[in-house]
Amino acid sequence: MTGLTDLTIAEARDGLRKREFSAGELAEAHIAAVERARPLNVYLKETPERARDMAAGADACLARGEGRALEGIPLAIKDLFCTEGVETTAASRILGGFKPPYESTVTANLWAAGAVMLGKTNLDEFAMGSSTTTSAFGPSENPWRRRGDNRPLVPGGSSGGSSAAVAARAAMGATGTDTGGSIRQPAGFSGIVGLKPTYGRCSRWGIVAFASSLDQAGPMTRTVRDAAIMLGAMAGHDPKDSTSAPLPVPDYEAALTGELKGLKVGIPREYRVEGMAAEIEQLWQQGIAWVKAAGATPVEISLPMTKYALPAYYIIAPAEASSNLARYDGVRFGLRVPGESLDEMYEATRAAGFGTEVRRRILIGTYVLSAGYYDAYYLKAQQLRTLIARDFSNAFKSCDFILAPTAPSAAFAIGEKADNPVAMYLNDVFTVPVNLAGLPGISVPAGLSSDGLPLGLQVIGRAFDEAMVLRVGDAIERAAGFTHKPPFIAGGKE
Amino acid sequence: MSLIEGRTGSWEIVIGLEVHAQVISQAKLFSGAATAFGAEPNTQVSPVDAAFPGMLPVINRYCVEQAVRTGLGLEAEINLVSVFDRKNYFYADLPAGYQISQYKRPIVGKGKVVLDMPDGTTREIGITRLHLEQDAGKSLHDQHAEYTYVDLNRSGIALMEIVSEPDLRTSEEAGAYLKKLRSILRYLGTCDGNMEEGSLRCDCNVSVRKPGGELGTRCEIKNVNSIRYVMQAIEHEARRQIEIIEDGGKIDQETRLFDAGRGVTRPMRSKEHAHDYRYFPDPDLLPLVLDPKAVERIREELPELPDAKKARFIRDYKLSPYDAGVLVGEKASADFYEAVAKGRDPKLAANWVMGDLFGALNRLNVEVENSPVSAKALGELIDLITDNTVSGRLAKDVFAAMVETGKSAAAIVEERGLKQVTDTGAIEAAIDAVMKAQADKVAEYRSGKDKLFGFFVGQVMKATQGKANPGLVNELLKKKLAG
Amino acid sequence: MALDKATVARIATLARIEVPESDLEHLAKELSGILTWIEQLREVDTAGVEPMASVAEMTLPMREDHVTDGNCRDKILSNAPQQAHGFFLVPKVVE
Repeated sequence: MTGLTDLTIAEARDGLRKREFSAGELAEAHIAAVERARPLNVYLKETPERARDMAAGADACLARGEGRALEGIPLAIKDLFCTEGVETTAASRILGGFKPPYESTVTANLWAAGAVMLGKTNLDEFAMGSSTTTSAFGPSENPWRRRGDNRPLVPGGSSGGSSAAVAARAAMGATGTDTGGSIRQPAGFSGIVGLKPTYGRCSRWGIVAFASSLDQAGPMTRTVRDAAIMLGAMAGHDPKDSTSAPLPVPDYEAALTGELKGLKVGIPREYRVEGMAAEIEQLWQQGIAWVKAAGATPVEISLPMTKYALPAYYIIAPAEASSNLARYDGVRFGLRVPGESLDEMYEATRAAGFGTEVRRRILIGTYVLSAGYYDAYYLKAQQLRTLIARDFSNAFKSCDFILAPTAPSAAFAIGEKADNPVAMYLNDVFTVPVNLAGLPGISVPAGLSSDGLPLGLQVIGRAFDEAMVLRVGDAIERAAGFTHKPPFIAGGKE
Repeated sequence: MSLIEGRTGSWEIVIGLEVHAQVISQAKLFSGAATAFGAEPNTQVSPVDAAFPGMLPVINRYCVEQAVRTGLGLEAEINLVSVFDRKNYFYADLPAGYQISQYKRPIVGKGKVVLDMPDGTTREIGITRLHLEQDAGKSLHDQHAEYTYVDLNRSGIALMEIVSEPDLRTSEEAGAYLKKLRSILRYLGTCDGNMEEGSLRCDCNVSVRKPGGELGTRCEIKNVNSIRYVMQAIEHEARRQIEIIEDGGKIDQETRLFDAGRGVTRPMRSKEHAHDYRYFPDPDLLPLVLDPKAVERIREELPELPDAKKARFIRDYKLSPYDAGVLVGEKASADFYEAVAKGRDPKLAANWVMGDLFGALNRLNVEVENSPVSAKALGELIDLITDNTVSGRLAKDVFAAMVETGKSAAAIVEERGLKQVTDTGAIEAAIDAVMKAQADKVAEYRSGKDKLFGFFVGQVMKATQGKANPGLVNELLKKKLAG
Repeated sequence: MALDKATVARIATLARIEVPESDLEHLAKELSGILTWIEQLREVDTAGVEPMASVAEMTLPMREDHVTDGNCRDKILSNAPQQAHGFFLVPKVVE
């Protein structure tokens, strides 16, 4: 018997419309799941009362036959999105108690579509990380464990709280943000679907900024159809964001035809990296076979600048972050550590408020922008970025979508890779180029590793071609038949 | 070459001015908060201005137009593509920890300002560039013993930073440059030029050198808020530098403040750290691309500017360059003058506007926009002079009464019975009476004492309570005294 | 690129983050490691390549000059660590 927390968004939407259960019941089941998920440390803030109120509102709409796209659907929100009146931390001490007097555009869109808020999920501090271990409030645990091994694993990052919550059935879907892979990689590690839309598809207004030219909000769900439904509600032009694309939002669900006939799938030769685990390569081959079976023709493509994407990213992102995080100074909100002078207050507040990874990136970013180094680092990286984008647009002349692994490995243990920042950065090797080029990418769970851990495949599309990316993702999902569940499930039989 | 004398010889001062002009607009440059002066603290602040998490800038179209308008008024190149950069530094009145400004690619390039020097010559001062940037908030350091108070109302208001070439050589030139620039901005309606309220601020870059020598190290005097202080600050700073060099020292490149109370410049404490602004293009904004047609439309709609108006006044009203220059100093004065001069003797109108009217405005400390005597009213008074209803001399009294009472010239002339006597018979009668009463003086005059003519004129005017038409008095008196 | 302690201290001051003396050595090594890895970008010839201005292919959108925001002092001050009489308070700055 499928409990309410096991349903997909699409199924719940159906069930609610048919009045098989109420939004109130759906909310209660999830509120209980949220409590049971506490050992995973995925929620920084639970909002059960708000969820109940919102569910009641949803039931009223449904009763009038006015159900909107996500009416009554309980979602988790990454604690990087400002939610009005609800504490928002970015998993950092420096925001200490900050209650935004405004709602981010993306979450406002979700509430306007009838969704219900379960709470705010954990993340790497200021979205800087690939493991959710840099959070000031402790790491989140992946509900998956290696076969025969009890060590807690990372859910990936930075949207690890969101991915773990969805995988553990403690939320029907969640929002994430992706700057260098922070939706796709945790989705891969947690065995769920994660979509990073084209840069500019979703508004950045009200999302705590990390790297302005790279950040993008997106859905994290258990199925591709669910991602299509959520994206439809999240996306859209926002006049308050100057980088928001003035383009209409298509019906993404309509793209899920399962048909890939006549399409060409690009296989990037440079993504075959040295030391890549054999099972990743195998899964990739399996993925190629699946899309072929659905009608696509594989084509080898070349993205020659691939290996430079990571170093370029680790110049651009820290540089923008060092400037975006200058506003955390103890003056108008958040933590203030007193000082004898203004500068002392700044220095003491920021030292106490920022964790080591954030501090590291701010210092790198400050350095690469500083006098004498701008040309050698930042300017060079932005030139590289043009070349990387050019690589992709050239490739898309001979293919319609690109298929690649999501990450070079499965989830690792909490504490592994902690002492070497660069080793941690290499997690993003397949995801970062997509952010630099601003393109859409989805990770779909495709199989298990030899340890029994989920592995994802990534589909990359042309700018604003989320429909293609969802279509292919859906085809892979059907072929992969990934029905595995993590050993830890917070959801119940309600 | 203008030089000042030091102990060891003559020195040349090299001056460049950076003017920050607040743009006239309803809302701020990147947010929708209001820009009006004098509001209660922090009531004109959007979360964008306060740099709350997740806030983003959206540019105000009208502010961009105002910058283009100003660039055209300065005869400058308009850069159709420009870029906004972040200038990163920490200060209490800079909420984001960076100011959105323009660094390598400003919206306006090279232009010029023509100065009208007091001796009637003109001098061209180059403009290097003009760019748009955000204003910062206000820090009040004197409200509390331990705390500085921060008000962000001003944070985010659009500023145009106008940079001059280091072409200025004297404090007088600097003063003339500021006056001219302010006048142009007010004509264009792009900045109200109010230095007391801080809508126009000036940073002065000053260095000294021996004539023909290399440029000296410059010091920057920040945020001087009156033309008089700019001139004083430059004078003081130049002498300070000369004294140091003549004593064998070196000038340290510094940022300084002008202490108006003591008339000296001193170093700014908070600028002790060398600033590395780490400029980079703001990733929240795209490059600003202007439509050349839109720029042309703005050009077509430009008002007549001071230099063109001055040339026209000289040509059409036959005014002297000096008079024309004074009248066009403020657009409101020029408009006032033209209303008075229309259909009248332009020279007479100029004398009245520049003399009696400006005199009264100065005395009352009132702008021409708020003149107690309107252009129409003054014109009516001039008409009464021209048609001989009232003498030029008595007209001054009438004007004074108009200023005080607000009544029309005609009403005052009527009330006080000041109508000029032009009836030749009456004047002749008065002359006859005077000549009879002063027979001995008449004799003296006729025997050669020409100087007595003025005495007779005075007597006739006295006899007619000043109302006799002076021209007629002169004419008739000459005839009668001749015998 | 090897960073020394003095450079790290200077950058930390620029970034207004107090770094204890005891952390400087370790931090210098770490940052040097990251910068060395980043420097492989030098291998690429980028002569004549325009730096990426923006990912989105659009022009800068503009707003109309209307007052649509502000007049919400309570919201603006609602999270202030220290405030008085409508102002934010910070430690006194001596000009």
